[in-house]
Amino acid sequence: MIEARHITKTFGTLRVLDDLSLSIGPRRITGLVGPNAAGKTTLAKIILGLTKADSGTLEIDGARIGADDAYRSRIGYMPQMARFPENLSARELFEMLTDLRRPTPPVDEELVERFNFAGALDKPIRTLSGGTRQKVNAVIAFLFRPDLLILDEPTAGLDPVSSGILKDKIFAEKAAGTTFLLTSHIMSELDELADDIAFINEGKVAFVGALAEIKRVTRQSNLERAIAEMMKRGAAA
Amino acid sequence: MKVTAKVARYEIRDVIRSRWLIGYTLFFLLVTDALFRFGGGGEKALLSLVNVVLILIPLVSIVFSTVYLYAAREFIELLLAQPIKRRQVFAGLYVGLALPLSLSFVAAVCIPFILHRGIASAQPGTFAALLLAGIALTLIFTALAFLIVARTEDRIKGLGLAVAVWLFLAVLYDGLVLLVISIMADYPIERPLIGLMLANPMDLARVALLLQFDVAALLGYTGAVMQKFFGRAIGVTVTSLALAVWVFAPLFAGMRAFQKKDF
Repeated sequence: MIEARHITKTFGTLRVLDDLSLSIGPRRITGLVGPNAAGKTTLAKIILGLTKADSGTLEIDGARIGADDAYRSRIGYMPQMARFPENLSARELFEMLTDLRRPTPPVDEELVERFNFAGALDKPIRTLSGGTRQKVNAVIAFLFRPDLLILDEPTAGLDPVSSGILKDKIFAEKAAGTTFLLTSHIMSELDELADDIAFINEGKVAFVGALAEIKRVTRQSNLERAIAEMMKRGAAA
Repeated sequence: MKVTAKVARYEIRDVIRSRWLIGYTLFFLLVTDALFRFGGGGEKALLSLVNVVLILIPLVSIVFSTVYLYAAREFIELLLAQPIKRRQVFAGLYVGLALPLSLSFVAAVCIPFILHRGIASAQPGTFAALLLAGIALTLIFTALAFLIVARTEDRIKGLGLAVAVWLFLAVLYDGLVLLVISIMADYPIERPLIGLMLANPMDLARVALLLQFDVAALLGYTGAVMQKFFGRAIGVTVTSLALAVWVFAPLFAGMRAFQKKDF
């Protein structure tokens, strides 16, 4: 689905991504893991065109991403921080995005029902709690039935029930053919969700493979310990 | 173009519900009304209003826009993640801020004047010039805010810069001009002075406005030179053109920075 080749990005003197190459398979959930400031969010933003790489190429389904903006109609994005115009309501926000993305498929508002927050839809966003905003954020990502979903810390701020609802939705959409790119600090969550793991450290891909593979290589029973083991080895090498 | 209008439309909905914008409108409404009630005839009220317009509009436009844009950072990212062009997002954001700011000023000034039938006693041409100058200043200082935010990552620094730009153009600039005049008193400096005036949009707006009134004393040094050099008709044309340049130059530079920016 996504082919990133030799991507380098520096901010000032800091080399955030260093000749990174990564292939993300279709219809799978790939978890991006790595220490803080490893470049996970930067990679996601480069795929979205929010940040521009210094060098390297990026392909989605074989088509190279360049100056054309149309490819983003296939992508849904759930950013880390859910902040929206304070005086608009969630419903106005949905309308706006629908308006901007026309023509769109019939929107997918299943999460609104599941989260049971239809009552909050017409209130100004500034009056909503952090968790409710995160729900708005999740609804927006799934709204246009994208082929690729980029979720940056999706369950941050959600209560266990809502978090479970979101995970169910992720599984359902994956079964329907959506590709996911997921970052999370909660390893148990990736253990539950991810098919593949891409471990990024110091701007490079240190490991990429199936979830079972990383556990086998490190001889650990869960992802958290496997990643810890990887980081230890990285430090030793 | 259609996308730009869509972005602007929703942003306007957000901006007009902002307490700050409502406060700004009410303030102008009260000041205009008070000036008219206590300031005697329409002409005098207009003249007092000129000073309020020259100082307050730039300050509010640049500070409000800067604060709004920094607060909208994540929202702008969300917009940029949609299948639309950066240029369209930028243009939409600009229209969405500049339009409500301009309209609230126009409404707040027009309503008291209509209520007090001020337009009958003051010249309608002068009143129109005041409105146009206010709109021009709104457009210019909103554009400057876009340039600052597009080029400054740190929001405290950006806000400081916005206030500094206003302070420099509103207060320090006149002092500098006076300093130049007193140092260069023995030389013919009329032409360079016109250059200095063109380099400050607030000076420009003041001269363009005061050329409408027959109050040479208020024109200041640059204004007097302007009047002497160009006469009224050409003076108005030159200042208007220069104001237009002041809208488009920062806007263009801001757009370029925005298109290259990493979010």
